[in-house]
Amino acid sequence: MMNGMAFRKAKNHLMSFVMLACTLAVLIPLALIFVHIVKMGLSSLSIDFFTHIPAPTGEPGGGMANGMLGSLIMIGGASLIGLPIGILGAIYLSEFGGSKMSTTIRFAADVLSGTPSIITGMVAYTLLVVPMKGFSGLAGAVALAMIMIPIVLRTTEEQLKMVPGSLREASLALGVPFWRTSLKVTLRSAMSGVLTGILLAVARIAGETAPLLFTALGNQFWSKNVMQPMAALPLQIFSFAIAPYEDWHKLAWAGALVLVSVMFGLSLTARYFSRSRQAH
Amino acid sequence: MARATTKRREPDTAKRLNGDAVFRYLTTFFAFSILAILALMLYEMAGESMPAIKAFGWKFVSSKDWDAVQETFGALPYLYGSVVSSVLALLLATPLSIGAALFITEIAPGRLGSIVAPLVELLAAIPSVIYGLWGVLVMAPWLQTTVQPFLIEHFGFIPLFEGAPYGVSMLAAIFILMIMVVPIITSITREVLLAVPQSQKEAAIALGATRWETIKVAILPYGKSGILGAAILGLGRAIGETMAVTMVIGNAPNISLSLLSPAYTMPSVIANEFAEATTKLHSSALMEIGLILMVVTLIVNALARLLIWSVSREAKGGAA
Repeated sequence: MMNGMAFRKAKNHLMSFVMLACTLAVLIPLALIFVHIVKMGLSSLSIDFFTHIPAPTGEPGGGMANGMLGSLIMIGGASLIGLPIGILGAIYLSEFGGSKMSTTIRFAADVLSGTPSIITGMVAYTLLVVPMKGFSGLAGAVALAMIMIPIVLRTTEEQLKMVPGSLREASLALGVPFWRTSLKVTLRSAMSGVLTGILLAVARIAGETAPLLFTALGNQFWSKNVMQPMAALPLQIFSFAIAPYEDWHKLAWAGALVLVSVMFGLSLTARYFSRSRQAH
Repeated sequence: MARATTKRREPDTAKRLNGDAVFRYLTTFFAFSILAILALMLYEMAGESMPAIKAFGWKFVSSKDWDAVQETFGALPYLYGSVVSSVLALLLATPLSIGAALFITEIAPGRLGSIVAPLVELLAAIPSVIYGLWGVLVMAPWLQTTVQPFLIEHFGFIPLFEGAPYGVSMLAAIFILMIMVVPIITSITREVLLAVPQSQKEAAIALGATRWETIKVAILPYGKSGILGAAILGLGRAIGETMAVTMVIGNAPNISLSLLSPAYTMPSVIANEFAEATTKLHSSALMEIGLILMVVTLIVNALARLLIWSVSREAKGGAA
Protein backbone atom coordinates (compact mmCIF):
# COMPACT_ATOMS: atom_id res chain seq x y z
CA MET A 1 0.00 0.00 0.00
CA MET A 2 1.12 3.50 -0.71
CA ASN A 3 1.18 5.97 2.11
CA GLY A 4 -1.45 8.72 2.25
CA MET A 5 0.55 11.49 0.64
CA ALA A 6 1.75 9.40 -2.29
CA PHE A 7 -1.78 8.14 -2.88
CA ARG A 8 -3.16 11.68 -2.91
CA LYS A 9 -0.45 12.79 -5.32
CA ALA A 10 -1.13 9.83 -7.59
CA LYS A 11 -4.83 10.63 -7.54
CA ASN A 12 -4.03 14.24 -8.36
CA HIS A 13 -2.03 13.15 -11.39
CA LEU A 14 -4.68 10.69 -12.47
CA MET A 15 -7.42 13.32 -12.33
CA SER A 16 -5.27 15.87 -14.15
CA PHE A 17 -4.82 13.28 -16.86
CA VAL A 18 -8.58 12.60 -16.99
CA MET A 19 -9.22 16.32 -17.44
CA LEU A 20 -6.66 16.53 -20.22
CA ALA A 21 -8.34 13.54 -21.86
CA CYS A 22 -11.71 15.33 -21.63
CA THR A 23 -10.24 18.39 -23.32
CA LEU A 24 -8.86 16.25 -26.13
CA ALA A 25 -12.17 14.43 -26.47
CA VAL A 26 -13.84 17.82 -26.87
CA LEU A 27 -11.35 19.20 -29.35
CA ILE A 28 -10.70 16.17 -31.57
CA PRO A 29 -14.15 15.81 -33.20
CA LEU A 30 -14.24 19.56 -33.70
CA ALA A 31 -10.79 19.50 -35.26
CA LEU A 32 -11.93 16.64 -37.53
CA ILE A 33 -14.94 18.64 -38.70
CA PHE A 34 -12.77 21.67 -39.31
CA VAL A 35 -10.14 19.72 -41.27
CA HIS A 36 -12.86 18.11 -43.39
CA ILE A 37 -14.46 21.43 -44.24
CA VAL A 38 -11.14 22.95 -45.26
CA LYS A 39 -10.05 19.90 -47.27
CA MET A 40 -13.34 19.30 -49.09
CA GLY A 41 -14.11 22.99 -49.38
CA LEU A 42 -10.78 23.99 -50.90
CA SER A 43 -10.95 21.23 -53.51
CA SER A 44 -14.48 22.23 -54.54
CA LEU A 45 -14.08 25.99 -54.45
CA SER A 46 -13.81 27.77 -57.79
CA ILE A 47 -14.43 31.14 -59.36
CA ASP A 48 -17.78 29.76 -60.56
CA PHE A 49 -18.81 29.28 -56.96
CA PHE A 50 -18.78 33.03 -56.41
CA THR A 51 -20.22 34.06 -59.79
CA HIS A 52 -22.75 31.41 -60.85
CA ILE A 53 -26.10 30.19 -59.62
CA PRO A 54 -26.59 26.44 -58.97
CA ALA A 55 -26.47 24.22 -62.06
CA PRO A 56 -29.60 22.20 -62.90
CA THR A 57 -29.98 18.81 -61.21
CA GLY A 58 -27.15 16.40 -62.00
CA GLU A 59 -25.12 18.85 -64.07
CA PRO A 60 -21.61 19.59 -62.83
CA GLY A 61 -20.39 23.08 -62.01
CA GLY A 62 -22.48 26.00 -60.88
CA GLY A 63 -22.10 28.04 -57.75
CA MET A 64 -23.92 29.65 -54.88
CA ALA A 65 -23.64 33.29 -55.86
CA ASN A 66 -27.38 33.84 -55.54
CA GLY A 67 -27.31 32.36 -52.05
CA MET A 68 -24.48 34.63 -50.95
CA LEU A 69 -26.28 37.67 -52.35
CA GLY A 70 -29.54 36.61 -50.68
CA SER A 71 -27.75 36.10 -47.36
CA LEU A 72 -26.15 39.54 -47.62
CA ILE A 73 -29.50 41.20 -48.38
CA MET A 74 -31.27 39.45 -45.51
CA ILE A 75 -28.43 40.06 -43.02
CA GLY A 76 -28.48 43.72 -44.06
CA GLY A 77 -32.25 43.90 -43.63
CA ALA A 78 -32.10 42.14 -40.26
CA SER A 79 -29.39 44.60 -39.12
CA LEU A 80 -31.49 47.60 -40.22
CA ILE A 81 -34.38 46.33 -38.09
CA GLY A 82 -32.48 44.75 -35.24
CA LEU A 83 -29.60 47.13 -34.51
CA PRO A 84 -31.63 50.26 -33.62
CA ILE A 85 -33.99 48.22 -31.43
CA GLY A 86 -31.14 46.40 -29.70
CA ILE A 87 -28.90 49.43 -29.17
CA LEU A 88 -31.60 51.88 -28.05
CA GLY A 89 -33.08 49.20 -25.79
CA ALA A 90 -29.63 48.71 -24.28
CA ILE A 91 -29.33 52.46 -23.63
CA TYR A 92 -32.57 52.26 -21.65
CA LEU A 93 -31.25 49.35 -19.59
CA SER A 94 -27.90 50.95 -18.80
CA GLU A 95 -28.87 54.65 -18.50
CA PHE A 96 -32.46 54.64 -17.23
CA GLY A 97 -32.70 51.08 -15.96
CA GLY A 98 -31.96 49.63 -12.55
CA SER A 99 -35.57 48.93 -11.72
CA LYS A 100 -37.31 45.57 -11.52
CA MET A 101 -38.51 46.21 -15.05
CA SER A 102 -34.99 46.15 -16.46
CA THR A 103 -34.30 42.84 -14.76
CA THR A 104 -37.44 41.48 -16.39
CA ILE A 105 -36.35 42.81 -19.80
CA ARG A 106 -32.87 41.37 -19.36
CA PHE A 107 -34.34 38.05 -18.37
CA ALA A 108 -36.72 38.11 -21.34
CA ALA A 109 -33.80 38.84 -23.68
CA ASP A 110 -31.82 35.91 -22.29
CA VAL A 111 -34.80 33.60 -22.59
CA LEU A 112 -35.49 34.88 -26.11
CA SER A 113 -31.95 34.16 -27.24
CA GLY A 114 -32.37 30.60 -25.97
CA THR A 115 -35.58 30.01 -27.91
CA PRO A 116 -34.98 27.58 -30.78
CA SER A 117 -34.55 29.58 -33.96
CA ILE A 118 -37.04 27.40 -35.82
CA ILE A 119 -39.77 28.88 -33.58
CA THR A 120 -38.73 32.34 -34.73
CA GLY A 121 -39.25 31.12 -38.28
CA MET A 122 -42.75 29.84 -37.47
CA VAL A 123 -43.71 33.14 -35.86
CA ALA A 124 -42.39 35.16 -38.80
CA TYR A 125 -44.35 32.81 -41.04
CA THR A 126 -47.65 33.52 -39.30
CA LEU A 127 -46.95 37.25 -38.99
CA LEU A 128 -45.63 37.94 -42.50
CA VAL A 129 -45.79 35.02 -44.91
CA VAL A 130 -49.48 34.20 -44.36
CA PRO A 131 -50.82 37.79 -44.51
CA MET A 132 -48.59 38.70 -47.47
CA LYS A 133 -49.52 35.46 -49.20
CA GLY A 134 -46.01 34.38 -50.04
CA PHE A 135 -42.54 33.49 -48.83
CA SER A 136 -40.18 36.44 -49.00
CA GLY A 137 -36.72 37.72 -48.19
CA LEU A 138 -38.40 40.32 -46.00
CA ALA A 139 -39.94 37.63 -43.78
CA GLY A 140 -36.49 36.01 -43.58
CA ALA A 141 -34.90 39.29 -42.54
CA VAL A 142 -37.52 39.84 -39.83
CA ALA A 143 -36.95 36.32 -38.47
CA LEU A 144 -33.19 36.95 -38.38
CA ALA A 145 -33.72 40.34 -36.71
CA MET A 146 -35.69 38.68 -33.92
CA ILE A 147 -32.67 36.48 -33.25
CA MET A 148 -30.28 39.40 -33.45
CA ILE A 149 -32.07 41.81 -31.07
CA PRO A 150 -31.48 40.06 -27.73
CA ILE A 151 -27.80 39.46 -28.55
CA VAL A 152 -27.16 43.09 -29.49
CA LEU A 153 -29.18 44.33 -26.52
CA ARG A 154 -27.25 42.36 -23.94
CA THR A 155 -23.75 42.94 -25.33
CA THR A 156 -24.36 46.67 -25.85
CA GLU A 157 -25.71 47.04 -22.33
CA GLU A 158 -22.61 45.39 -20.88
CA GLN A 159 -20.39 47.77 -22.83
CA LEU A 160 -22.35 50.90 -21.88
CA LYS A 161 -22.18 49.95 -18.21
CA MET A 162 -18.38 49.89 -18.44
CA VAL A 163 -18.23 53.55 -19.48
CA PRO A 164 -17.22 55.51 -16.37
CA GLY A 165 -19.90 57.78 -14.93
CA SER A 166 -17.43 60.66 -14.76
CA LEU A 167 -17.42 60.82 -18.56
CA ARG A 168 -21.18 61.29 -18.63
CA GLU A 169 -20.98 63.88 -15.85
CA ALA A 170 -18.27 65.83 -17.65
CA SER A 171 -20.41 66.03 -20.74
CA LEU A 172 -23.56 66.96 -18.80
CA ALA A 173 -21.60 69.61 -16.88
CA LEU A 174 -20.71 71.23 -20.18
CA GLY A 175 -24.40 71.62 -20.78
CA VAL A 176 -24.77 68.86 -23.34
CA PRO A 177 -28.30 67.46 -23.12
CA PHE A 178 -28.64 63.94 -21.80
CA TRP A 179 -29.70 62.39 -25.11
CA ARG A 180 -26.70 63.86 -26.90
CA THR A 181 -24.42 62.75 -24.09
CA SER A 182 -25.82 59.25 -24.37
CA LEU A 183 -25.38 58.98 -28.12
CA LYS A 184 -22.25 61.08 -28.68
CA VAL A 185 -20.27 60.43 -25.52
CA THR A 186 -21.41 57.27 -23.77
CA LEU A 187 -22.25 55.19 -26.84
CA ARG A 188 -19.27 56.48 -28.80
CA SER A 189 -16.76 55.68 -26.09
CA ALA A 190 -18.22 52.17 -25.86
CA MET A 191 -18.19 51.86 -29.65
CA SER A 192 -15.52 49.20 -30.06
CA GLY A 193 -17.30 46.97 -27.56
CA VAL A 194 -20.66 47.62 -29.18
CA LEU A 195 -19.16 46.75 -32.57
CA THR A 196 -17.92 43.48 -31.10
CA GLY A 197 -21.47 42.61 -30.10
CA ILE A 198 -22.82 43.58 -33.51
CA LEU A 199 -20.24 41.46 -35.31
CA LEU A 200 -20.99 38.46 -33.10
CA ALA A 201 -24.71 38.89 -33.74
CA VAL A 202 -24.10 39.09 -37.50
CA ALA A 203 -21.92 35.98 -37.33
CA ARG A 204 -24.69 34.21 -35.49
CA ILE A 205 -27.46 35.03 -37.97
CA ALA A 206 -25.23 34.47 -41.00
CA GLY A 207 -25.33 30.73 -40.32
CA GLU A 208 -28.98 30.47 -39.28
CA THR A 209 -30.90 28.04 -41.46
CA ALA A 210 -34.00 26.84 -39.63
CA PRO A 211 -35.75 30.25 -39.44
CA LEU A 212 -35.31 30.71 -43.19
CA LEU A 213 -36.93 27.39 -44.13
CA PHE A 214 -40.44 28.83 -44.10
CA THR A 215 -39.77 32.53 -44.45
CA ALA A 216 -37.27 33.11 -47.27
CA LEU A 217 -37.80 29.52 -48.47
CA GLY A 218 -34.86 29.60 -50.89
CA ASN A 219 -34.65 30.26 -54.61
CA GLN A 220 -32.84 28.48 -57.44
CA PHE A 221 -32.33 31.70 -59.36
CA TRP A 222 -31.05 35.20 -58.74
CA SER A 223 -33.32 36.75 -56.13
CA LYS A 224 -32.98 40.46 -55.49
CA ASN A 225 -36.61 41.27 -54.76
CA VAL A 226 -37.19 41.16 -51.00
CA MET A 227 -40.90 40.51 -51.56
CA GLN A 228 -40.09 37.24 -53.34
CA PRO A 229 -38.62 33.93 -52.10
CA MET A 230 -34.92 34.45 -51.61
CA ALA A 231 -31.88 32.18 -51.73
CA ALA A 232 -29.53 31.97 -48.75
CA LEU A 233 -26.16 30.29 -48.39
CA PRO A 234 -27.07 28.16 -45.33
CA LEU A 235 -30.31 27.01 -46.99
CA GLN A 236 -28.35 25.94 -50.08
CA ILE A 237 -25.82 24.05 -47.96
CA PHE A 238 -28.72 22.21 -46.32
CA SER A 239 -30.59 21.23 -49.47
CA PHE A 240 -27.42 20.31 -51.37
CA ALA A 241 -26.05 18.22 -48.49
CA ILE A 242 -29.15 16.03 -48.28
CA ALA A 243 -29.49 15.66 -52.08
CA PRO A 244 -28.09 12.46 -53.59
CA TYR A 245 -25.69 14.09 -56.06
CA GLU A 246 -21.90 14.15 -55.71
CA ASP A 247 -21.62 17.51 -57.48
CA TRP A 248 -24.09 19.08 -55.12
CA HIS A 249 -22.21 17.70 -52.11
CA LYS A 250 -19.10 19.41 -53.45
CA LEU A 251 -20.94 22.72 -53.66
CA ALA A 252 -22.22 22.19 -50.13
CA TRP A 253 -18.64 21.71 -48.85
CA ALA A 254 -17.49 24.83 -50.68
CA GLY A 255 -20.43 26.72 -49.19
CA ALA A 256 -19.53 25.46 -45.73
CA LEU A 257 -15.95 26.64 -46.15
CA VAL A 258 -17.11 30.10 -47.21
CA LEU A 259 -19.60 30.31 -44.35
CA VAL A 260 -17.12 29.17 -41.71
CA SER A 261 -14.47 31.55 -43.06
CA VAL A 262 -16.89 34.49 -42.89
CA MET A 263 -17.90 33.49 -39.38
CA PHE A 264 -14.34 33.07 -38.12
CA GLY A 265 -13.40 36.34 -39.81
CA LEU A 266 -16.22 38.14 -38.00
CA SER A 267 -15.32 36.51 -34.67
CA LEU A 268 -11.65 37.38 -35.00
CA THR A 269 -12.45 40.97 -35.95
CA ALA A 270 -14.78 41.13 -32.96
CA ARG A 271 -12.02 39.78 -30.74
CA TYR A 272 -9.64 42.37 -32.14
CA PHE A 273 -12.07 45.18 -31.31
CA SER A 274 -12.69 43.93 -27.80
CA ARG A 275 -8.97 43.54 -27.19
CA SER A 276 -8.15 47.04 -28.42
CA ARG A 277 -10.82 48.22 -26.02
CA GLN A 278 -9.28 46.40 -23.08
CA ALA A 279 -5.90 47.90 -23.97
CA HIS A 280 -6.99 51.46 -23.16
CA MET B 1 -29.30 54.59 -12.53
CA ALA B 2 -28.69 57.40 -10.09
CA ARG B 3 -26.59 59.49 -12.44
CA ALA B 4 -29.36 59.46 -15.02
CA THR B 5 -32.17 60.43 -12.70
CA THR B 6 -30.24 63.30 -11.10
CA LYS B 7 -29.72 64.78 -14.53
CA ARG B 8 -33.34 64.37 -15.51
CA ARG B 9 -34.38 66.51 -12.54
CA GLU B 10 -32.61 69.64 -13.74
CA PRO B 11 -34.11 70.80 -17.02
CA ASP B 12 -32.54 74.04 -18.22
CA THR B 13 -34.70 74.91 -21.12
CA ALA B 14 -37.95 73.57 -22.48
CA LYS B 15 -36.22 72.49 -25.66
CA ARG B 16 -33.64 70.41 -23.84
CA LEU B 17 -36.30 68.75 -21.73
CA ASN B 18 -38.14 67.77 -24.89
CA GLY B 19 -35.11 66.16 -26.45
CA ASP B 20 -34.40 64.20 -23.29
CA ALA B 21 -38.00 63.21 -22.81
CA VAL B 22 -38.30 61.98 -26.40
CA PHE B 23 -35.03 60.09 -25.99
CA ARG B 24 -36.24 58.50 -22.82
CA TYR B 25 -39.54 57.40 -24.31
CA LEU B 26 -37.81 56.09 -27.41
CA THR B 27 -35.30 53.94 -25.54
CA THR B 28 -38.02 52.74 -23.15
CA PHE B 29 -40.15 51.77 -26.13
CA PHE B 30 -37.39 49.74 -27.73
CA ALA B 31 -36.43 48.05 -24.48
CA PHE B 32 -40.02 47.03 -23.86
CA SER B 33 -40.29 45.73 -27.39
CA ILE B 34 -38.26 42.73 -26.16
CA LEU B 35 -41.11 41.84 -23.82
CA ALA B 36 -43.56 42.53 -26.64
CA ILE B 37 -41.70 40.20 -29.01
CA LEU B 38 -41.68 37.41 -26.44
CA ALA B 39 -45.37 37.91 -25.65
CA LEU B 40 -46.23 38.11 -29.35
CA MET B 41 -44.38 34.88 -30.06
CA LEU B 42 -46.23 33.02 -27.30
CA TYR B 43 -49.56 34.54 -28.37
CA GLU B 44 -49.12 33.66 -32.03
CA MET B 45 -47.92 30.14 -31.35
CA ALA B 46 -50.78 29.47 -28.90
CA GLY B 47 -53.37 31.00 -31.25
CA GLU B 48 -52.23 28.98 -34.24
CA SER B 49 -52.15 25.78 -32.16
CA MET B 50 -55.78 26.14 -31.06
CA PRO B 51 -57.40 24.04 -33.81
CA ALA B 52 -55.09 21.11 -33.01
CA ILE B 53 -55.49 21.54 -29.26
CA LYS B 54 -59.29 21.55 -29.63
CA ALA B 55 -59.30 18.59 -32.01
CA PHE B 56 -57.00 16.25 -30.13
CA GLY B 57 -56.67 17.45 -26.53
CA TRP B 58 -54.27 15.40 -24.45
CA LYS B 59 -54.34 12.62 -27.02
CA PHE B 60 -51.94 14.79 -29.02
CA VAL B 61 -49.05 14.00 -26.71
CA SER B 62 -49.98 10.38 -25.98
CA SER B 63 -50.85 9.11 -29.44
CA LYS B 64 -48.34 7.99 -32.02
CA ASP B 65 -50.58 8.18 -35.07
CA TRP B 66 -49.37 10.91 -37.38
CA ASP B 67 -51.17 10.85 -40.68
CA ALA B 68 -51.66 13.95 -42.77
CA VAL B 69 -54.10 12.23 -45.13
CA GLN B 70 -56.35 10.89 -42.37
CA GLU B 71 -55.84 14.13 -40.44
CA THR B 72 -55.00 12.38 -37.20
CA PHE B 73 -52.01 13.84 -35.41
CA GLY B 74 -50.25 12.39 -32.39
CA ALA B 75 -46.85 13.78 -31.48
CA LEU B 76 -45.53 11.02 -29.22
CA PRO B 77 -42.76 9.79 -31.59
CA TYR B 78 -41.37 13.32 -31.85
CA LEU B 79 -41.53 13.93 -28.11
CA TYR B 80 -39.85 10.58 -27.55
CA GLY B 81 -37.12 11.31 -30.09
CA SER B 82 -36.44 14.77 -28.68
CA VAL B 83 -36.23 13.58 -25.08
CA VAL B 84 -34.06 10.53 -25.77
CA SER B 85 -31.66 12.26 -28.17
CA SER B 86 -31.11 15.37 -26.07
CA VAL B 87 -30.95 13.66 -22.66
CA LEU B 88 -28.47 11.01 -23.82
CA ALA B 89 -26.38 13.62 -25.66
CA LEU B 90 -26.31 15.67 -22.48
CA LEU B 91 -25.29 12.70 -20.33
CA LEU B 92 -22.31 12.17 -22.62
CA ALA B 93 -21.46 15.84 -23.04
CA THR B 94 -21.66 17.14 -19.46
CA PRO B 95 -18.80 15.16 -17.85
CA LEU B 96 -16.56 15.87 -20.85
CA SER B 97 -17.37 19.57 -20.67
CA ILE B 98 -16.76 19.85 -16.95
CA GLY B 99 -13.45 18.02 -17.35
CA ALA B 100 -12.40 20.28 -20.19
CA ALA B 101 -13.48 23.46 -18.38
CA LEU B 102 -11.55 22.40 -15.26
CA PHE B 103 -8.52 21.64 -17.39
CA ILE B 104 -8.66 25.04 -19.08
CA THR B 105 -9.16 27.06 -15.89
CA GLU B 106 -7.27 25.09 -13.23
CA ILE B 107 -4.73 22.73 -14.78
CA ALA B 108 -3.51 24.14 -18.08
CA PRO B 109 -0.61 26.58 -17.91
CA GLY B 110 -1.95 30.11 -18.49
CA ARG B 111 -0.74 30.30 -22.07
CA LEU B 112 -2.40 27.03 -23.15
CA GLY B 113 -5.66 27.91 -21.40
CA SER B 114 -5.81 31.24 -23.16
CA ILE B 115 -5.48 29.51 -26.53
CA VAL B 116 -7.95 26.69 -25.90
CA ALA B 117 -10.67 28.79 -24.27
CA PRO B 118 -11.31 31.15 -27.22
CA LEU B 119 -10.98 28.19 -29.58
CA VAL B 120 -13.80 26.41 -27.80
CA GLU B 121 -15.88 29.58 -27.91
CA LEU B 122 -15.26 29.93 -31.63
CA LEU B 123 -16.39 26.35 -32.16
CA ALA B 124 -19.57 26.99 -30.18
CA ALA B 125 -20.51 29.49 -32.89
CA ILE B 126 -20.20 27.16 -35.91
CA PRO B 127 -23.60 27.06 -37.64
CA SER B 128 -25.57 23.89 -37.05
CA VAL B 129 -26.10 23.31 -40.78
CA ILE B 130 -22.34 22.75 -41.02
CA TYR B 131 -22.38 20.17 -38.23
CA GLY B 132 -25.24 18.57 -40.15
CA LEU B 133 -23.28 18.56 -43.40
CA TRP B 134 -20.37 16.80 -41.73
CA GLY B 135 -22.76 14.53 -39.86
CA VAL B 136 -24.62 13.32 -42.92
CA LEU B 137 -21.67 13.05 -45.33
CA VAL B 138 -18.89 11.88 -43.01
CA MET B 139 -20.10 10.70 -39.62
CA ALA B 140 -23.23 8.76 -40.66
CA PRO B 141 -21.39 6.67 -43.32
CA TRP B 142 -18.65 5.97 -40.76
CA LEU B 143 -21.23 4.87 -38.19
CA GLN B 144 -22.88 2.69 -40.82
CA THR B 145 -19.74 0.91 -41.98
CA THR B 146 -17.70 0.76 -38.77
CA VAL B 147 -19.39 1.54 -35.48
CA GLN B 148 -22.86 0.09 -35.95
CA PRO B 149 -21.79 -3.31 -37.39
CA PHE B 150 -19.41 -3.62 -34.44
CA LEU B 151 -22.17 -2.80 -31.96
CA ILE B 152 -24.59 -5.21 -33.64
CA GLU B 153 -22.07 -8.02 -33.67
CA HIS B 154 -20.88 -7.69 -30.09
CA PHE B 155 -23.77 -6.06 -28.27
CA GLY B 156 -26.70 -6.97 -30.54
CA PHE B 157 -28.26 -9.02 -27.72
CA ILE B 158 -28.94 -5.74 -25.88
CA PRO B 159 -32.15 -4.16 -27.26
CA LEU B 160 -30.33 -0.82 -27.50
CA PHE B 161 -28.10 -2.12 -30.26
CA GLU B 162 -30.24 -4.50 -32.26
CA GLY B 163 -31.32 -4.08 -35.86
CA ALA B 164 -29.59 -3.10 -39.07
CA PRO B 165 -26.88 -0.45 -39.59
CA TYR B 166 -28.61 2.47 -41.30
CA GLY B 167 -26.05 5.12 -40.44
CA VAL B 168 -28.63 7.88 -40.07
CA SER B 169 -30.14 7.00 -36.71
CA MET B 170 -30.84 8.03 -33.15
CA LEU B 171 -27.20 7.20 -32.39
CA ALA B 172 -26.00 9.64 -35.07
CA ALA B 173 -28.26 12.35 -33.63
CA ILE B 174 -26.93 11.73 -30.12
CA PHE B 175 -23.33 11.97 -31.32
CA ILE B 176 -23.82 15.12 -33.37
CA LEU B 177 -25.74 16.78 -30.52
CA MET B 178 -23.00 15.84 -28.10
CA ILE B 179 -20.34 17.37 -30.34
CA MET B 180 -22.46 20.52 -30.70
CA VAL B 181 -23.36 21.17 -27.06
CA VAL B 182 -19.95 20.36 -25.60
CA PRO B 183 -18.39 23.73 -26.59
CA ILE B 184 -21.40 25.61 -25.19
CA ILE B 185 -21.40 23.80 -21.84
CA THR B 186 -17.60 24.04 -21.63
CA SER B 187 -17.46 27.79 -22.18
CA ILE B 188 -20.27 28.56 -19.71
CA THR B 189 -18.81 26.19 -17.10
CA ARG B 190 -15.49 27.97 -17.61
CA GLU B 191 -17.14 31.33 -16.87
CA VAL B 192 -18.75 29.88 -13.76
CA LEU B 193 -15.39 28.49 -12.59
CA LEU B 194 -13.75 31.86 -13.15
CA ALA B 195 -16.38 33.40 -10.85
CA VAL B 196 -15.30 31.17 -7.96
CA PRO B 197 -13.51 33.52 -5.55
CA GLN B 198 -9.74 33.11 -5.29
CA SER B 199 -10.00 32.96 -1.49
CA GLN B 200 -11.94 29.69 -1.76
CA LYS B 201 -9.07 28.06 -3.61
CA GLU B 202 -6.37 29.61 -1.46
CA ALA B 203 -8.01 28.33 1.70
CA ALA B 204 -7.92 24.78 0.38
CA ILE B 205 -4.35 25.11 -0.85
CA ALA B 206 -3.27 26.55 2.50
CA LEU B 207 -4.64 23.45 4.17
CA GLY B 208 -2.30 21.39 2.02
CA ALA B 209 -4.81 20.12 -0.53
CA THR B 210 -3.54 18.86 -3.88
CA ARG B 211 -4.86 20.52 -6.99
CA TRP B 212 -7.53 17.86 -7.48
CA GLU B 213 -8.56 18.09 -3.83
CA THR B 214 -8.86 21.85 -4.18
CA ILE B 215 -11.13 21.31 -7.17
CA LYS B 216 -13.16 18.72 -5.29
CA VAL B 217 -13.63 20.51 -1.98
CA ALA B 218 -13.51 24.20 -2.93
CA ILE B 219 -14.22 24.80 -6.60
CA LEU B 220 -16.85 22.27 -7.64
CA PRO B 221 -19.10 22.72 -4.57
CA TYR B 222 -19.00 26.50 -5.00
CA GLY B 223 -19.76 26.41 -8.71
CA LYS B 224 -22.22 23.51 -8.45
CA SER B 225 -25.41 25.38 -9.28
CA GLY B 226 -23.75 27.32 -12.10
CA ILE B 227 -22.38 24.14 -13.65
CA LEU B 228 -25.82 22.57 -13.39
CA GLY B 229 -27.17 25.69 -15.10
CA ALA B 230 -24.64 25.31 -17.90
CA ALA B 231 -25.69 21.70 -18.43
CA ILE B 232 -29.38 22.65 -18.47
CA LEU B 233 -28.63 25.41 -20.98
CA GLY B 234 -26.96 22.74 -23.10
CA LEU B 235 -30.12 20.65 -22.78
CA GLY B 236 -32.15 23.60 -24.05
CA ARG B 237 -29.89 23.89 -27.06
CA ALA B 238 -30.07 20.15 -27.74
CA ILE B 239 -33.87 20.05 -27.58
CA GLY B 240 -34.21 22.97 -29.96
CA GLU B 241 -31.45 21.96 -32.35
CA THR B 242 -32.99 21.61 -35.78
CA MET B 243 -30.76 21.43 -38.82
CA ALA B 244 -28.01 19.03 -37.72
CA VAL B 245 -30.47 16.60 -36.16
CA THR B 246 -32.82 16.71 -39.15
CA MET B 247 -29.91 15.80 -41.38
CA VAL B 248 -28.66 12.76 -39.43
CA ILE B 249 -31.56 11.26 -37.46
CA GLY B 250 -33.25 9.54 -40.40
CA ASN B 251 -36.65 11.22 -39.98
CA ALA B 252 -38.80 8.16 -39.30
CA PRO B 253 -41.50 8.50 -36.63
CA ASN B 254 -40.46 5.33 -34.79
CA ILE B 255 -40.57 4.66 -31.11
CA SER B 256 -37.87 2.05 -30.82
CA LEU B 257 -35.60 1.09 -27.97
CA SER B 258 -32.77 0.54 -30.43
CA LEU B 259 -30.41 3.49 -30.84
CA LEU B 260 -29.54 2.19 -34.31
CA SER B 261 -32.97 2.80 -35.80
CA PRO B 262 -33.93 6.08 -37.45
CA ALA B 263 -36.03 8.42 -35.33
CA TYR B 264 -37.55 11.91 -35.44
CA THR B 265 -37.60 14.97 -33.18
CA MET B 266 -39.97 17.90 -32.66
CA PRO B 267 -37.86 20.49 -34.50
CA SER B 268 -37.11 18.04 -37.32
CA VAL B 269 -40.73 17.33 -38.12
CA ILE B 270 -41.44 21.07 -38.15
CA ALA B 271 -38.49 21.66 -40.48
CA ASN B 272 -39.57 18.88 -42.84
CA GLU B 273 -43.34 19.33 -42.96
CA PHE B 274 -44.19 22.94 -42.11
CA ALA B 275 -43.70 24.51 -45.53
CA GLU B 276 -45.68 21.70 -47.17
CA ALA B 277 -48.54 21.42 -44.68
CA THR B 278 -51.64 21.97 -46.82
CA THR B 279 -54.52 21.52 -44.42
CA LYS B 280 -55.29 23.83 -41.54
CA LEU B 281 -55.18 20.97 -39.06
CA HIS B 282 -51.80 19.73 -40.25
CA SER B 283 -50.12 23.11 -39.87
CA SER B 284 -51.89 23.64 -36.57
CA ALA B 285 -50.56 20.30 -35.30
CA LEU B 286 -47.04 21.40 -36.28
CA MET B 287 -47.67 24.72 -34.52
CA GLU B 288 -48.68 22.83 -31.39
CA ILE B 289 -45.41 20.89 -31.53
CA GLY B 290 -43.68 24.28 -31.86
CA LEU B 291 -45.62 25.59 -28.88
CA ILE B 292 -44.61 22.58 -26.76
CA LEU B 293 -41.01 23.08 -27.89
CA MET B 294 -41.13 26.77 -27.04
CA VAL B 295 -42.66 26.29 -23.58
CA VAL B 296 -40.19 23.51 -22.74
CA THR B 297 -37.17 25.55 -23.84
CA LEU B 298 -38.55 28.64 -22.04
CA ILE B 299 -38.73 26.73 -18.77
CA VAL B 300 -35.37 25.05 -19.31
CA ASN B 301 -33.64 28.32 -20.20
CA ALA B 302 -35.22 30.28 -17.36
CA LEU B 303 -34.08 27.61 -14.91
CA ALA B 304 -30.57 27.56 -16.38
CA ARG B 305 -30.24 31.37 -16.24
CA LEU B 306 -31.36 31.48 -12.62
CA LEU B 307 -28.81 28.84 -11.65
CA ILE B 308 -25.97 30.56 -13.54
CA TRP B 309 -26.94 33.98 -12.18
CA SER B 310 -26.95 32.62 -8.63
CA VAL B 311 -23.22 31.88 -8.87
CA SER B 312 -22.10 35.05 -10.62
CA ARG B 313 -24.27 37.19 -8.34
CA GLU B 314 -22.75 35.66 -5.23
CA ALA B 315 -19.30 36.22 -6.67
CA LYS B 316 -20.03 39.90 -7.23
CA GLY B 317 -21.28 40.22 -3.65
CA GLY B 318 -24.95 40.63 -4.48
CA ALA B 319 -24.54 43.47 -6.99
CA ALA B 320 -25.71 41.86 -10.19
